[in-house]
Amino acid sequence: MNTHYGLTILVAEDSPVDRMLLSTIVSRQGHRVLTAANGLEAVALFEQERPQLVLMDALMPVMDGFEAARAIKAMAGDELVPIIFLTSLSENEALVRCLEAGGDDFIAKPYNPIVLQAKIKALHRLRRLQATVLEQRDLIARRNQQLLDEQRAAKAIFDKVAHAGGLDIPNVRYRQSPRALFNGDLLLAAQAPAGQMFVLLGDFTGHGLPAAIGAMPLAETFYGMTAKGHASGDILRELNGKLKQILPVEMFCCVALLDIDFHRRVLRVWNGGLPDGYLIRADGSRIALRSRHLPLGVLAPAKFDGHCETYPLQDGDRLLLLSDGVVESRNARDELFGEQRLLEVLERSAPEQLFDRIEQALAAFHGQAQDDLSLVEVTIGEPPPRATPSLAAPFEPRALDWVAEFELRADSLRTANPLPLILQVLLQTQPLRPRAGAIYTVLAELYSNALEHGVLALDSAIKRDATGFAQYYELRRQRLADLRHGHIRLRLQVHGDEAGGCLRIGIRDSGAGFDVVRVLAEDYRPAGLGGRGLRLVRQLSDSLEHDGADGLIVEFRWGARA
Amino acid sequence: MTITSQPSADGRELTIIISGRFDFNAHQAFREAYLRPDVSPQRYVLDLQGANYLDSSALGMLLLLRDHAGGDEADIRLLNCNPDVRRILQVSNFEKLFVIA
Repeated sequence: MNTHYGLTILVAEDSPVDRMLLSTIVSRQGHRVLTAANGLEAVALFEQERPQLVLMDALMPVMDGFEAARAIKAMAGDELVPIIFLTSLSENEALVRCLEAGGDDFIAKPYNPIVLQAKIKALHRLRRLQATVLEQRDLIARRNQQLLDEQRAAKAIFDKVAHAGGLDIPNVRYRQSPRALFNGDLLLAAQAPAGQMFVLLGDFTGHGLPAAIGAMPLAETFYGMTAKGHASGDILRELNGKLKQILPVEMFCCVALLDIDFHRRVLRVWNGGLPDGYLIRADGSRIALRSRHLPLGVLAPAKFDGHCETYPLQDGDRLLLLSDGVVESRNARDELFGEQRLLEVLERSAPEQLFDRIEQALAAFHGQAQDDLSLVEVTIGEPPPRATPSLAAPFEPRALDWVAEFELRADSLRTANPLPLILQVLLQTQPLRPRAGAIYTVLAELYSNALEHGVLALDSAIKRDATGFAQYYELRRQRLADLRHGHIRLRLQVHGDEAGGCLRIGIRDSGAGFDVVRVLAEDYRPAGLGGRGLRLVRQLSDSLEHDGADGLIVEFRWGARA
Repeated sequence: MTITSQPSADGRELTIIISGRFDFNAHQAFREAYLRPDVSPQRYVLDLQGANYLDSSALGMLLLLRDHAGGDEADIRLLNCNPDVRRILQVSNFEKLFVIA
């Protein structure tokens, strides 16, 4: 008959005979018994001894069982302390009062030991179940708190990697919730040495830690390569290769990349798997920046296509990218925000109010802030201020004297971009570092001038209007892909001593040449969209001249340290 | 969401029929459907007639199937896509990996 579990059970009963009888029954069943003669005593004993189960007479002097039951239940809190009412009451109403006061069961006099034991056992089971649930609830709450703490820490680390200041540019506006990283959203922006700006919006499949972890190498590669001056196609190829290598098969990252050249007023855009972005002209007309590629991390490097679409830009143009959280978001009634609603907002709003209008439309649709969508807008105007490069070591004047020559032939021109490498070489010369941006821009202009107008014999007059503009870049792509002969020669000469020094860049190509003398003499101002290049080179460098043997010669000079 | 699969008489083709929401909840059922131990098909057909929704983890599952079926050599056709499903496949340019009809 004895049970293997022993509980502490409180018996509250005003009749000494019944109290004795019950105590005997209960203690014979292997439980420890506490006794109280009225409700007040019962409450005091409960507080002191914390019994696990209570047998409570309903009608007692001083404080009745109903009130005592309420007090005990209140003290027990979340813990289940079963109360069995001992009652001779038989009217339904009285039994209901027992339950309402917090009673879990009742047993009628005279007491049947077997029924009492079964009830104690059943309620003990319930007790254990409740205890388990509470334990699990607390465990889940603790784990959840832990997870949130970890996410906060991870986010702080990620922010150091990802937000290397790129988003704090005046002509960039964005909105991204703090939870976005763990929803797989990623927004990166950086200025390249030549002054163009890269903006990348990414959306990893899946949520939580895996998405956030994938974002780290993506951000690092993006910032590393943009800082070194790599071209968008090369950056995308590297990002794709890296993600393909590290992500499991079923994971990938939808990405839109904007490569905005503020000087030459050119946009290159690549979209793999994100919803349409938009190029919005000052007059309100729109061009959809459509997804034309598979997301990053799907294709093997050999099959990857990093080809960007090219559009001319003008002052007042706006670029808008959105994550699929915008179009795919649902409100409380499970309605989709949908592309149609977005298009209506685009249709109705003046370009400069667009960003606010989209936010308002989303807020009105959902009735609350959304935490899983990203939105970014870039306004085209003056080139954003350049971040000043930090100089790690003070400049020690030293004698410098070297010449390097590169001849880039067809295979190299077709497949490689030599500029990042050349810039790295030049930046070994400390006095040149503060002008890294200008030097890179000049190199990029000279190189693309030699390649496009020299080797590929493209006429920039084609770029007069938007159609011609697209045609120009298509021609460039075709001719470059078919290139079998031709070369560009670059000659770099650095000479310097304590008093100062000079970098001399010479560039020549295998093309038929163009009328440089006329261009330089007439302060050449071609009509249309092309031809800003040489003027820019002249502005950024200390001298630009033409030499029959060396082609174009550009100089950057520096003086002794002030 | 229900997923069933039906091999052809010669066992060379496996048709997987998906209806309802094709999303992360379907992961296990979808795996079981294409990893049937009783057949080793050379071609797969996904019948999406009854599928009204597809999320990015469903796209991930399609990539898993493609990987299982031989990667670039995989022969997988997606049939009866409704306009919503087709749009999602289009945005991700999955027609470069699968035959979508």
